[in-house]
Amino acid sequence: MAKIIVVTSGKGGVGKTTSSAAIGTGIALKGHKTVIIDFDVGLRNLDLIMGCERRVVYDFVNVINKEATLSQALIKDKRTKDLFILPASQTRDKDALTIEGVQAVLDELSEEFEYIICDSPAGIEKGAQMALYFADAAIVVTNPEVSSVRDSDRILGILQSKSRRAEEGKEPIEEHLLLTRYHPERVAIGEMLSVTDVEDILAIPLLGVIPESEAVLKASNQGTPVILDQESEAGLAYTDAVDRLMGEERPLRFLDVQKKGFFKRLLGG
Amino acid sequence: MTDLGFQLKGSVVTTILLEIQTLSLESIVAQLREKIEQVPHFFNQAPIIIDLSKLKQDLPLDAFDTLIISLADLGLGVIGWRCDQENKPVWFSQAKIPMLPASKARPILVPEATPKDTGPDVVVKTVVEERLVPQATKVITKPIRSGQQVYAEGDLIILTQVSAGAEVLADGNIHVYGALRGRALAGVKGDTQARIFCKSLEAELVSIAGNFMLSDALRKIIWKEPAQVVLIDDSLDITPL
Repeated sequence: MAKIIVVTSGKGGVGKTTSSAAIGTGIALKGHKTVIIDFDVGLRNLDLIMGCERRVVYDFVNVINKEATLSQALIKDKRTKDLFILPASQTRDKDALTIEGVQAVLDELSEEFEYIICDSPAGIEKGAQMALYFADAAIVVTNPEVSSVRDSDRILGILQSKSRRAEEGKEPIEEHLLLTRYHPERVAIGEMLSVTDVEDILAIPLLGVIPESEAVLKASNQGTPVILDQESEAGLAYTDAVDRLMGEERPLRFLDVQKKGFFKRLLGG
Repeated sequence: MTDLGFQLKGSVVTTILLEIQTLSLESIVAQLREKIEQVPHFFNQAPIIIDLSKLKQDLPLDAFDTLIISLADLGLGVIGWRCDQENKPVWFSQAKIPMLPASKARPILVPEATPKDTGPDVVVKTVVEERLVPQATKVITKPIRSGQQVYAEGDLIILTQVSAGAEVLADGNIHVYGALRGRALAGVKGDTQARIFCKSLEAELVSIAGNFMLSDALRKIIWKEPAQVVLIDDSLDITPL
């Protein structure tokens, strides 16, 4: 049986797709056969981040509607062995997702893959609920600011109440906090919530802290998951997060203000 | 196992008690009609119990049956009757409606349209059939997240936090053994003795029996400290724990 991990947040633009791509790639790099599913029907982005947008022929909705087989729709990643992408449909909307359809696809994928990463759309509506419904674990992507934290709190409530595990009274979904776009300099001057603040409010275990990094934007534009950029702090932080997800101990890095100078002077701290 | 198509449950209902004091049933019905016309909504389809315990004389069975029919004509549903257990009418086992055990009744305030004299013959009383049993305490072990709402008929005990944007309500007390960041409403059915206890008071709103206070006011008294909220003379009192 595959482990189904949903990457979710409630709020948009916090880094769900970036994190799905990075973590999915990281798990595959460890030799586990992994598929990343884009649940953002109508706003397809994962293929861009993964750099496979020109290879999309069939998509998730085609498979649900039995217009294509899974093997036709799955895109094999060119860089990472054991990694596949199931793109979303750009021309449809979230109503194309049905519980039965999604379940059939996940069941079929479970036979072949070890990890299924569900890249959730923003919001708490149908698309997001479909993405989390079958999950065994959730990575809640949060930015260190109040509205993102509030939305993450909301989605944690939905994970506890509207998932299949909750409805069937099984062991609850395993919850992980991934704090992204973390800016130690801005935390130091009180412009951003600290790791402790966010942990205190959400009260779930911390999977990792990804520092704000230019490498993320660069990687997105190039269609390369940022975890492959092992020169960048963000890439290294994602690697740590994947290691922790696999049960390894890794100390937190990149939380302190390192470079005195430019930012600190610029922001007057 | 076969599934039963029904479930038997106990229930407590507040009803109207019609205490008969004289044998002149016709005048009782006439007076009652007058009363009902004043406040028809109050009596509409109301369940009613006939009480003969204050009646000194014996009421014949046919008169009793006529009374039931007359009351039905007035739109009242007779659900039972009762009498003094020491002084039962001879026909007590032949009555067409259930005989109920005697219990203490207290007078109710019938909303009066005009303060007309309704005569001494009819007294309308409400009866609470049983004492209220304290409801079981609800214990929550997981954080109450933003957007979630939890309600307990008795006391509510939360072992972790209540997030901002969450709402916890209880007929009784609320205990939060974590940070209370959302809204907490104790005594929602009017229990002014209900209290709220929390390990860290950071609430958006606290309320006891409808008397509430918002976070701006709370910040000036106690903030992010263990506290309890008590209602004293219609105003909330926030004290450290």
